[in-house]
Amino acid sequence: MKRRMLLGLGIFLSVGLSLLPFLWFVLTSFKSQADIESIPPTWWPSGNLGFYRTALFDHRLFDYAFNSLVVAGSTTILALLLAIPAAYALARLTVPGKRGVLAVLLCVSMFPQMAIAGPIWRLLDSMGGLNHRWGVVLPYVALTLPLAIWILASFFKELPPELEDAARIDGCGPWSTLFRITLPLATPGIFTAAILILIYAWNEFFFALLILTQPEQQTLPVGIALFQGEFTMPWGELAAASVVATLPLIVVVLLCQRWIVSGLSAGAVKG
Amino acid sequence: MTRSARLTMSRERLAAWSMVAPALLLTVTFALYPVADSFWLSLHHIFIGLPQLGSQFVGLDNYLALLQDPVARQALLVTLGFVLLSTVLELACGLMIALVIHEQFRGRGLVRAAILIPWAIPTVVASQLWRYIFNDQYGFANLLLFGDRVTDYIPWLAYPTIAFGIVVLADVWKTSSFAALLILAGLQLIPDDLYDAARVDGAGAWQRFRHITLPLLKPALLLALLFRTMDAFRVFDLVFVMTQGGPGDATQVLQFYGYQTLFTEGRIGYGSAVSVAVFLMILALSLIYLRAIGSSLLERKRP
Repeated sequence: MKRRMLLGLGIFLSVGLSLLPFLWFVLTSFKSQADIESIPPTWWPSGNLGFYRTALFDHRLFDYAFNSLVVAGSTTILALLLAIPAAYALARLTVPGKRGVLAVLLCVSMFPQMAIAGPIWRLLDSMGGLNHRWGVVLPYVALTLPLAIWILASFFKELPPELEDAARIDGCGPWSTLFRITLPLATPGIFTAAILILIYAWNEFFFALLILTQPEQQTLPVGIALFQGEFTMPWGELAAASVVATLPLIVVVLLCQRWIVSGLSAGAVKG
Repeated sequence: MTRSARLTMSRERLAAWSMVAPALLLTVTFALYPVADSFWLSLHHIFIGLPQLGSQFVGLDNYLALLQDPVARQALLVTLGFVLLSTVLELACGLMIALVIHEQFRGRGLVRAAILIPWAIPTVVASQLWRYIFNDQYGFANLLLFGDRVTDYIPWLAYPTIAFGIVVLADVWKTSSFAALLILAGLQLIPDDLYDAARVDGAGAWQRFRHITLPLLKPALLLALLFRTMDAFRVFDLVFVMTQGGPGDATQVLQFYGYQTLFTEGRIGYGSAVSVAVFLMILALSLIYLRAIGSSLLERKRP
């Protein structure tokens, strides 16, 4: 009995503290300017969509969301295309210099962004990638590859090798074994990696801030960080933009909670 | 080995390399080479605003200057304070959350999803959110504490110590659930028979936690500590959005100082030295942790 009460308290506290702060932003986004500026502020919104309208039309929210969608989508696709074969080779085949490859990947996942920011800026400058969406996609892919390869490789290792051996005896090369046999079995692993890459690319701020300096190319995090009004901070529009930036993530978390939990803890268990 | 078998072998090696090479190439170009380049730049004097000076090789001068730099020293202290405080709090909160979501109960999936939401929210959004909550006029904190006693309202982010605390709070809110997931993975590895056996021997809940859960959880806790320490060292988004390093230098962390020297002031050589120094510190810390994790894994394997 005491145990159930303790558990109930734990659930109540952790759910409440997780959700309440953001709820304040949700409430704010449905308020009117008068609700926000009254001192003391009102608790409940008078219920209108004014802030969403002004955020969309006066604050480029539509552009930011579109750019985020393009950047996150292309990062996910590209990173998966590169990570799947690499993870398969590292999990199943003899790769000469495997230890070196693994060391490079492990090292990259520890880099502070600042230690590579200057050179990446120069690199993209010389390639003409500054202020282009593909200019952030390339570093995003490079920085998500280690995690993606890690998750996928540990997933490939758990598949029974017999099918692949049979395919090889029948004359399948490594590439066709991967595509015909392993990939169809590995969809849950690929799905997990895709979700984590997608969330990273949707949320990344620092490189986007450096590389995308024109508002037409900027993603949601940059737009929200640099949100400015003419005279005062436009908190209402900011809250509306934040809700728009967060809503897709909430949907993803609600639908894919199981895969996220298993994906993030995969590294810990297999260490 | 027959000739044809050897041929298949080398063809397979070629295929293996063709699978790894594209990923490796991109990683080397956009992560490994840039770190090397940062180190190379840090050995030079380069000023963006003064292109006529070109780049002048100065050896370790920038690093010597860094050791004497009072702003850098202050930023190091702030960073270390932030790392220490936020990781300890995150591990404590993470452990409590993990114990809750490890239990069996109806609607556990929904509870897990709710707890993951702060982790999924963009850091920039979380930063603006907490900045608004602690806003001096419109904030929720003042409304909750003082209601309509408007004259008592506190400009939280104007006080150095409080502002630092709020940045820590935002970080703890945002990332405790990540620590919780890593700890949860460790909890799931502990066999139930151990608890049953302890219960038979008359051990209470606290004793079971103290003598079974905690010791067996050590590797997972160390791993969570490693990830959180590395991330806390790299803190940038929160400071950029919430305080810009202020008030004064209360939240001036190393990454933000590096950003300012590199991109605001355009001192490429010196800024690179700052970021390389941060990188080396993270590297050293993770090597220490990895040794500790390695030895604690060995301990666990012993019968």
